[in-house]
Amino acid sequence: MAALRRWFLLTGLLWVLWPAAYGAAQSLQALSAQLGTPDRQTQQNAIIALGMRSEPAALKVLAALEAGKLRVSTSGQVLIMGSDRKLRDAFSGSAVTPQGALSEPLVTNAIRRAVTLSVSQLQLRSNDLELRRAAAKVLAGGAPAEMEPAMRKTLAGERDPTVRKLLRLSLAQLDLTSEDARRRVGAVKVMNELGDPGLKPLLARLLEKKSDGSYLEPDAEVRAEAGAAVTSLERKELVFRVVRDLFYGLSLGSVLLLAALGLAITFGLMGVINMAHGEMLMLGAYSTFVVQNLFQRFAPGAIDYYLVAAVPVAFTTCLLVGMLLERTVIRFLYGRPLETLLATWGISLVLIQVVRLVFGAANVTVANPSWLSGNYELMPDVVLPYSRLATILFVAVIVAFVWYVLNRTTVGLQVRAITQNRRMARCVGIRTARVDMLTFGLGSAVAGLGGVALSQLGNVGPELGQGYIVDSFMVVVVGGVGNLFGTLYAAVGLGAINKLLEPVAGAVLGKIFVLGFIIMFIQRRPQGLFALKGRAAES
Amino acid sequence: MRKIGILLSLIVGMLGGCTPPAKEAPAEPKAEAPSADQAPAAAAKKDDTGPIKVGILHSLSSTMAISETSLKDVALMTIEEINESGGVLGRKLEPVVVDPASNWPLFAEKARELLQKEQVAVTFGCWTSVSRKSVLPVFEELNGLLFYPVQYEGEESSYNVFYTGAAPNQQAIPAVEYLMGADGGNAKRFVLLGTDYVYPRTTNKILRHFLHSKGITDDDIMEEYTPFGHADYQTIIAKIKKFAEGKRTAVVSTINGDSNVPFYKELGNQGLKAEDIPVVAFSVGEEELRGVDAKPLVGHLAAWNYFQSIDSPLNTGFIAKWKAYVKKANLPDGDKRVTNDPMEATYIGIHMWKQAVIQAGSFNVDAVRQAVAGQVFKAPSGFEIKMDERNHHLHKPVLIGEIQADGQFKIVWKTEGPIRAMPWSPFVPESAKKIADWTFPWVCGNCTQAKYGSLAMK
Repeated sequence: MAALRRWFLLTGLLWVLWPAAYGAAQSLQALSAQLGTPDRQTQQNAIIALGMRSEPAALKVLAALEAGKLRVSTSGQVLIMGSDRKLRDAFSGSAVTPQGALSEPLVTNAIRRAVTLSVSQLQLRSNDLELRRAAAKVLAGGAPAEMEPAMRKTLAGERDPTVRKLLRLSLAQLDLTSEDARRRVGAVKVMNELGDPGLKPLLARLLEKKSDGSYLEPDAEVRAEAGAAVTSLERKELVFRVVRDLFYGLSLGSVLLLAALGLAITFGLMGVINMAHGEMLMLGAYSTFVVQNLFQRFAPGAIDYYLVAAVPVAFTTCLLVGMLLERTVIRFLYGRPLETLLATWGISLVLIQVVRLVFGAANVTVANPSWLSGNYELMPDVVLPYSRLATILFVAVIVAFVWYVLNRTTVGLQVRAITQNRRMARCVGIRTARVDMLTFGLGSAVAGLGGVALSQLGNVGPELGQGYIVDSFMVVVVGGVGNLFGTLYAAVGLGAINKLLEPVAGAVLGKIFVLGFIIMFIQRRPQGLFALKGRAAES
Repeated sequence: MRKIGILLSLIVGMLGGCTPPAKEAPAEPKAEAPSADQAPAAAAKKDDTGPIKVGILHSLSSTMAISETSLKDVALMTIEEINESGGVLGRKLEPVVVDPASNWPLFAEKARELLQKEQVAVTFGCWTSVSRKSVLPVFEELNGLLFYPVQYEGEESSYNVFYTGAAPNQQAIPAVEYLMGADGGNAKRFVLLGTDYVYPRTTNKILRHFLHSKGITDDDIMEEYTPFGHADYQTIIAKIKKFAEGKRTAVVSTINGDSNVPFYKELGNQGLKAEDIPVVAFSVGEEELRGVDAKPLVGHLAAWNYFQSIDSPLNTGFIAKWKAYVKKANLPDGDKRVTNDPMEATYIGIHMWKQAVIQAGSFNVDAVRQAVAGQVFKAPSGFEIKMDERNHHLHKPVLIGEIQADGQFKIVWKTEGPIRAMPWSPFVPESAKKIADWTFPWVCGNCTQAKYGSLAMK
């Protein structure tokens, strides 16, 4: 009898459970099939609904949709195209032949946004903490109201403080529209406590008045809290902004320094008005391009490290070109600045045309290696791109290297001696011609290194150098001709001034102000920030 | 020290004058011959069966070379194609290529050279609006014929120019409407970002009026300009992020030329994704993306009247023809060369001119001008394109494409058919009343009243 009862129970359970399970699978299929409709609203609703499902297949379907691999047939089949371009059923994984016409769901930005939200919602259940954090971060940017119950459930079971914080923020934004005034107060408090300045407009809206003079937010307590929150967020924002502008200034300064450092040697120390300096930057950038292509062809597996290999290649290339130029042209022109100016300008035109003939007039693609793409979020709103951080680091290394060469090596000592008094240096037995060649080579090589870094930030084309030559001279002259650290201070200083002015005055006016400032500065102090005694000062 | 100062001013002077001076003397001795001698010669040639000269006026060096070189190439390809099929009215076309070197005054000089010395029947050329404005008086004075193949800001219609690129209502306005719609992400706030010169400023003026008409106030519009060749977009992107807080925001970019590369790189690096803040560009096409790593840009948009990715038999043929020509002429970058919108517009322009010459039975500018109006051509875009009977602009379809990882565009939206150009924007109060109509009784490019209205009454 007991056995019979158990049998009944079991079958009864089956009767209850089986259709439920079957129905769920059915509706997951039906839901996924809705992704194929041309109606955007149905499509978006289906995506959000998929985000609430517990089946792992939902995630698979969404990922396929985003990657453009999802196909839906008119008979309701949901298929995923594999890397072998064969169609497989999204749920069973078996290869099937589609029945009826296939449609490819159109993925627009609106759809992509919905998918990201849904995928994040699904990833909140992942075991991987990093995935959960990233998912919570997406949701903290604003989640649709449909997801609220699911998020509350996740929050209850979540232990990680970061994920908890982000989820509470996301829920607080939804609570802000709640009917219950107490929940609204709670939401504002949470946003005040945990939020970043990005939430300010949401809170500020609570304080706005309608056209009839009454507040949009009826509850006085909520308004008071919102007012407090806005002030505190504004204070946070100010700190972030200062940090951000300082970083941008440093970053622009490092670019200026990269461009100017080679010139600080050839023009600053040697006194050669080197108009071909920009072209050394360009050659450095093209060396990077060539190395990248070689890696693509011969070592595609190590493509991420091509940049490391490009550094010595660019250095050597520009060193050789620089020394060649010095030997063939520039050494005959020492002490004749006007001729040097014209000759080096001519050289720069020749180099541009040579590159144009070899590589074509159009810009070439130099891709950022994957470890340089992306960013580090120091604070909310203060995003430091890896490429910029790497540039700053790289320029620091170059400065250290140049400083070491000039101050701790024999050649450096000789260079400094020649800078101060050429005749005397020759009298004590320094082979000035050889040292001149090496110095010019070093200056060019350092410019080449600059080119490697610039290739990661901007365009690589034959005219790359033309854009930097004015800035380079500006930095060197402001810093004081002949002084390496003057160049360093001038670059960082000009970068910071530019970046502090830009938010106020705009990019065009900001640049004009900086140039105006430099004109006035040079009027007052023609020798630059740091004057140096020696050959450069005598002329 | 003072010497250095002088030298520096010299340097700056040289850089400023980098491009060759405008009064570059035409070297050939032929130019010395007085034009009086030439006129009868030209008259005597009229019944000739020799080749007829066709001018190509595109910058082949300096800044604009990147964009304009391929227009020169596609023009030569089209002329070759026409010659192979027997020429026009039994005469071969002889292309005369000149290089105005991205130097705006030189454009006018070269245009004069083409019209007076070379006596060309028609000219295909110009890219930037500055260069077009520079040659306009020359073509009007000497009654020449210019086909201008690039999208531009409108607010112009000349008796001597046919515009085969888009007017604002064929590119900018539909693109913004798309961003405001559900597919584009329901944008409520707009950043109008551009390079600081006439095209972006005029376009943004029109867009601002348009947005006002859609109920978007000035608080929700941010307008920013950068100098030519600007390379540091950190601050501007931070500003856009800030501006985007609270409302759905989209960026409308009229950044021109090289600056696009650092702009898009910074966009990717700062983690600004297309799904959060989409950027729609009006001057970025397949050719410009050739110099960029497009992977971080997937999902950002561009609005044009043609994309290489259009799936039509005519386009397949056009691309194949282009690839074959690139190979045959051994052009640089070989198989990496792409087709783009202004190239298609050049192709359409040359063919329409050919058809008009055949219809007119003459190369005479006045006759051809009458015949060009109303010409119809099956364009590579797959649409039947018509030259408007009245305003010298093409009817064009509008397409919006999303950037793909390979630098091509996936079309996400398009108009059902070609739409008529409105050179004078109805959204700008001062130009709304103006009408471009070259038929009687108007015969005017920027009038508020018909020029010969009184005659028509009688």
